[in-house]
Amino acid sequence: MSLLHLAIISPFLLAILVPIAYKLFRQIHTGWFVLPLPILLFSYFISYLSITSNQQSVTKSFSWIPALGIDFTAKVDGLGLLFALLITGIGSLVVLYSIYYLDKNKEKLNTFYVYLLLFMGAMLGVVLSDNLIVLYTFWEFTSFSSFLLIGYWYHREKSRYGAQKSMIITVFGGLSMLGGIILLYLMTGTFSISEIIAGSDEIFSHSLFVPALLCFLLGAFTKSAQFPFHIWLPDAMEAPTPVSAYLHSATMVKAGIYLVARMSPVFAEHSLWFWLIAGFGITTLFWGSFSAVKQTDLKAILAFSTVSQLGMIMSLLGIGAAALHFETVDDSYFTVATTAAVFHLINHATFKGSLFMVAGIVDHETGTRDIRKLGGLMNFMPITFTLAIIGTFSMAGLPPFNGFLSKEMFFTGMVRVLEMDIFNLDTWGFLFPVIAWVASVFTFIYSMILVFKTFTGKYQPEQLEKKPHEAPIGMLISPIILASLVIIIGFFPNIISNTLISPAQAAIMPVEGYVYDTHIYFWHGFTPELFMTLGVITLGILLFVTLPKWRRVYDFFPEKLALNRFYDSMLEVSQRASFNLTRLYMNGFIRTYLVYIFSFFIVALAATLVLKDAFKFDTSDVATIHYAEVLLALVIAAASISILFVKSRMTSIILLGAVGYTVSLFFVIFRAPDLALTQLVIETISVSLFLLAFYHLPKLRHEERMGFKMTNALISVGVGAIVTMIALSAHSNKMFPSIAQYYVENTYKEAAGKNMVNVILVDFRGFDTMFEITVLGIAALGIFAMIKLRLEGGKKNENK
Amino acid sequence: MKTNDIILQTATKVVLFLIVLFSIHIFFAGHYTPGGGFVGGLLTSGAIVLLLLAFDMKTVSKILPVNYIHMIAVGLLFAIGTGTGALLFNVPFLTHAFGHIDLPVLGDTSLHTATLFDLGVFLVVVGVTMTIIQTIGEDE
Repeated sequence: MSLLHLAIISPFLLAILVPIAYKLFRQIHTGWFVLPLPILLFSYFISYLSITSNQQSVTKSFSWIPALGIDFTAKVDGLGLLFALLITGIGSLVVLYSIYYLDKNKEKLNTFYVYLLLFMGAMLGVVLSDNLIVLYTFWEFTSFSSFLLIGYWYHREKSRYGAQKSMIITVFGGLSMLGGIILLYLMTGTFSISEIIAGSDEIFSHSLFVPALLCFLLGAFTKSAQFPFHIWLPDAMEAPTPVSAYLHSATMVKAGIYLVARMSPVFAEHSLWFWLIAGFGITTLFWGSFSAVKQTDLKAILAFSTVSQLGMIMSLLGIGAAALHFETVDDSYFTVATTAAVFHLINHATFKGSLFMVAGIVDHETGTRDIRKLGGLMNFMPITFTLAIIGTFSMAGLPPFNGFLSKEMFFTGMVRVLEMDIFNLDTWGFLFPVIAWVASVFTFIYSMILVFKTFTGKYQPEQLEKKPHEAPIGMLISPIILASLVIIIGFFPNIISNTLISPAQAAIMPVEGYVYDTHIYFWHGFTPELFMTLGVITLGILLFVTLPKWRRVYDFFPEKLALNRFYDSMLEVSQRASFNLTRLYMNGFIRTYLVYIFSFFIVALAATLVLKDAFKFDTSDVATIHYAEVLLALVIAAASISILFVKSRMTSIILLGAVGYTVSLFFVIFRAPDLALTQLVIETISVSLFLLAFYHLPKLRHEERMGFKMTNALISVGVGAIVTMIALSAHSNKMFPSIAQYYVENTYKEAAGKNMVNVILVDFRGFDTMFEITVLGIAALGIFAMIKLRLEGGKKNENK
Repeated sequence: MKTNDIILQTATKVVLFLIVLFSIHIFFAGHYTPGGGFVGGLLTSGAIVLLLLAFDMKTVSKILPVNYIHMIAVGLLFAIGTGTGALLFNVPFLTHAFGHIDLPVLGDTSLHTATLFDLGVFLVVVGVTMTIIQTIGEDE
C-alpha cells in the first residue's frame, strides 16, 4: 500500500474520527477538523503536476483479489489528476463554506461531514483507479453517499423524494455499467483500464462491443444527468447548498463525463460513440438551458444550467472522439473539441461552484431563493453581487471571463463538425452548430435572469423572511477564491493549458509519440465563432428584455415535466403492484408461509429429479442394517406419528425432543461424536426454549377443516418422500471422489489438529464459520429487536 | 417465573460448575477430541439455562450481570480479529498459525491461533443463545 492509496482512503479514515471529534469538542465547529484533509490532499496532488505535465503517469498497485484479476491499482495521469485536484480543491472550499453555512447548534454536523468525507474518498477512488471493478465499487459509493447527502434534511418530504430519485436513477445506470464492465472482461480478459486500452483494436469487431458501449454510456448518462435522465438533478437540490455546490456542479455529476473521457480510447473507434454522445449531449444542452429560463428558484435555475453545461461538455467529448477517426491527430484542428471539453470542465467547476455559493448566501441571508420575491439586493450585498456578476457573465460566455474562452472553443468545435466528411454528417451535421447557438442564447438569458432579477429591480422587504445584509466574511472566502480563478483563467488561460489541459487530453486521446501542446488565445480574429457570440449577446439581450412577452411559450409545456410525471407514475405503479402482490401471499400465518415454502421445495426438486432423470437407487455398496438402527428408526417414527395425535402441547414438545435425542443416538452409532454431542445440547436447549415460550404460544386449533389437514398431510408426505429420494440418489450418484480423504491427510499436517470436524470448522472453512456466527448474531439481534419493539406496540394496544 | 424447588436448586448449584468446567474442557480439547467452540458454547448456555429453570430471570441476571449482546460483538471481534491479524503477516485472511511452547507445569503445550477464533465462536454462541432465551423469557 503506497502513499497514493493512503491518500485515496484517507477521507474514509477521517470519517471514522469525525463523530468522535464531534462528541468531544462540541464548542468547535466540526468542519474545522475536516478542513485540513482536503487541503493536505490538494497539495499532495499538486506535487504530481510535474509528472503529468510531461504527459507521463504514475501507477501504484495493491493486491486485493488477485485470483480474479481485481487489484486496487491507482493510476495518476492527466485526466485523473485534473479530477483529483477538482475534488480536493473545490472540496476544501466547500468545507470552508459549510462551516459558516451550517449552524453548529442546529444541524447534525457529525453525519454531514461523515457523508461528505465518504463522498470525497469515493470520488477520488473513481477517478484514480485503473481497475474497473474498483472503479465500479467507488462509483456506487458516490451514488449512495450522495443519496445520504441529498436526504440530509430527512424530515423534509422533498429531500427524501429527491434522494430516492437520484439513487434509483444513478444506481440503475451503475448496474448497467457493471454489465458493461463484465462484457469488457469477457472480451479482453482483464479489468485493467490501461490493458484494455492497449488491446482496444482487437475488441472493435467483437459482437459484444456495441452492447458494452451502450451499457457504459447508460452509466455515464445517468450519472451526468443527461437527457432523459436529467430529472433527478433538479430534485437533488433539496440538499444543503454546500452539497449542491460540491456534488451537483463540481464533482459527482462530472463522474459521467470522466467515464466517457476515460473510456474514449476504448470505444471511440465506433461511430455509434460519436452519434450517441454528441447527440444526447447537444439535446441535453438545449433542453437544460431552455428549461432553466422558466425556473423561479435560484437553485433550480442553477440545476438546469448544470444539466445544460454537462450536456455541452458531453457533446464536445463526442465530437472530439470523431477526431480519432483521422489518420493524423492535428491538435489545432479537430481535437479542439476535446480541448474545449477539458477547459470548460475546469471553468464550469469554478463559476458554477461560486454561483451555488452565491445562491446559498442569498438563501441564508434573506430566507428565500424565489426570484419572484427577491430583487434589489445589490445595495445590501455588494460583494455577493460582484461575485454573482463574475460567475454569471462567465457562464453566459462573456469576455473577459474564462467562460468566454471555452464558449468560443465550443463554437469552434461545433463549426468544425461541418467539415468532417465522415458518418454522413453532410445531412445532419448542420444541426450541431445551430442547436449549440440556440442553446447559448438561452444560456445567456438565464444567466441574466439569475443576476439581474436577484440583485437589481424592486426591493420587496415584505416578501423576505429576514432583513438582508452582507454575508459573513468566512462565507465569502470560498466564492471569492473561485471568482478570482474565473478572472485569472480568463486573462491567463495558458497557465493551465499545458499543466492541466494537455495532459488530460493526452489521456482522453492517447496517440503514441504525440505530445499535446495547447495554447489558448484570447483574440483569434474575426471568425464565425466571434460573430456567433455577438449574435448570442444581441439576441439574448433582446429576449431577456422582452421576457414577459414570450414567457407564455412555456405554457405549452406542462408545469410538471412529462418525464417527471412518467417517473412518478412508474414509481407508483411498481409500488402498488408489489404491495398487491405482497398482500396476496403475506397473510400473517407462519403455517401458510411454510405451505408455500414446502410446496415450492417439492415442485422444484421433484421436477429436477424427473427432468434430469436423476433418481437412482444403487444398493451395491450399502452396509447391512443393524437391529439397533431399526429400533431407533422405529422409535423416531413412533414419536413423530404420535405428535400428530396428542392433544396437549406439552406432550408434543416432549415427543419432539424424543425425536431429536434419538437422532443423536444415530450419530453415536455412526461414530460421529461431535455431531452427537452438538445434537444433544441443542435438543436440550431448544426444548427448554420451548418451555420458556410455552406461555406465549398461540392456542392449538383442533377445529381445523378437513381440507386444511389433508393439504398438510400431502405436503409433509411429499417433503418426506423427496428428501428420501434425494438422499438415496445422492448416495448412488457419486460423480467425484469424496473430499474426505483430503481432510484425513491434511488435518494434522496443515492445521496440527486431530479432530477433523473442528479443524474444518475453524481452519479449512473458517471463512464459512465466521459468516455463520455473524448470521447467528444478526438473528439474535433480530429476535431481540422484534420482541422489544412488539412489547411497546403491545402496550399501546392495551391502552385502547 | 418464581420457583421454589429446593431439590432442583441445590442440585443446580453443584451441577452448574460441573457443566461449566466440562464445557471449558470440551472447548479446549476441541482441536484433538470431540468438542470445540460451538459445542462448548452451547454447553455453557445449557448451564445458564439450567440456572434459569431453577431460579428466576432476575436472580440469574444478578448473579451473571452480562450483556449478552455485547458478548456477541466481542465474539465476532475475536473471530474477525484473528482473520485480520493474519493480514499483518502478509498472508491471506484467516490463515492460522500454531507453535509449541514449553510451559512450567503443563509441559509441552501447543498453541493455536485457531483457538482464538474458536473463542470467538464460543462467545457468539453463548451470546446468541442467551440473548434469544433472555428476550423471550423476559417477555411476560
